[in-house]
Amino acid sequence: MRLVIVALSGLLFGGLALSGMTNPAKVVGFLDVFGQWDPSLMFVMGGALAVTIPLFFMSKKAQNTWFGDSLQWPSLTQIDRPLISGAVLFGIGWGIYGLCPGPAVASLWTMNAELISFVVAMVAGLSAAHFVKK
Amino acid sequence: MIYLTPLLGGIMIGVAAMLMWYGYGRIMGMSSITSGVLWQQAAERRWRIIFIAAVIAGAFIVSKLMGVDSFAPIKSGWVWPIAAGLLVGFGTGVGSGCTSGHGICGIGRFSARSIIATCVFMASGIATVFLVRVLGA
Repeated sequence: MRLVIVALSGLLFGGLALSGMTNPAKVVGFLDVFGQWDPSLMFVMGGALAVTIPLFFMSKKAQNTWFGDSLQWPSLTQIDRPLISGAVLFGIGWGIYGLCPGPAVASLWTMNAELISFVVAMVAGLSAAHFVKK
Repeated sequence: MIYLTPLLGGIMIGVAAMLMWYGYGRIMGMSSITSGVLWQQAAERRWRIIFIAAVIAGAFIVSKLMGVDSFAPIKSGWVWPIAAGLLVGFGTGVGSGCTSGHGICGIGRFSARSIIATCVFMASGIATVFLVRVLGA
């Protein structure tokens, strides 16, 4: 049952195709604040946060999931160098090609060759980071 | 109207994150979920693979049902997608999250780390798009 919920979560996350986040031209337009700025993708974050803020808040008292497992709150709290430098590098890649990890993976169904090369490179980058952080 | 589909898509993403949280107790962050498929023990892999497969299926269904334009590259050639992919993968790996993990879940739970990371990658993305346009790269 838990894994059915995970699958349902994944299917709904596919809604980012509807949001416009899987369209690199639109993403770059959103980041082009000093040019022809297209602010519409702000509503993606707005819509998502309108759901997550109240529900995360409500879960602070509950210790467990619906199935009695513990909620795994992230443990890191320190604002450190890896957090900042990682975010800078991520932003550069995002700005260059208009893809972040969620939409890149979600768009794999298109079997587009450039997209696949992006995802393969992304997995290589994640793997390198895994060993750097060790 | 151009704001309606981003809003609806955003709400779907938010509900997805909360199903993952209340149903499985995990943060729905695509970069760490992807990385874990390769670098976590077997027991940690199964739910991640199920999630990723469902995301691909979900995006396919939504695109077909709603007639959304599917992915189209903004730059030709192989250098850009590979360079950008390496930066996105390495950056989100070192920085412990991306738009979903930091931007949707982290800000959703008022994590200082995530709020700062989101501001930094937004600023970095904005600066990159500006430079690419000015330099005509």
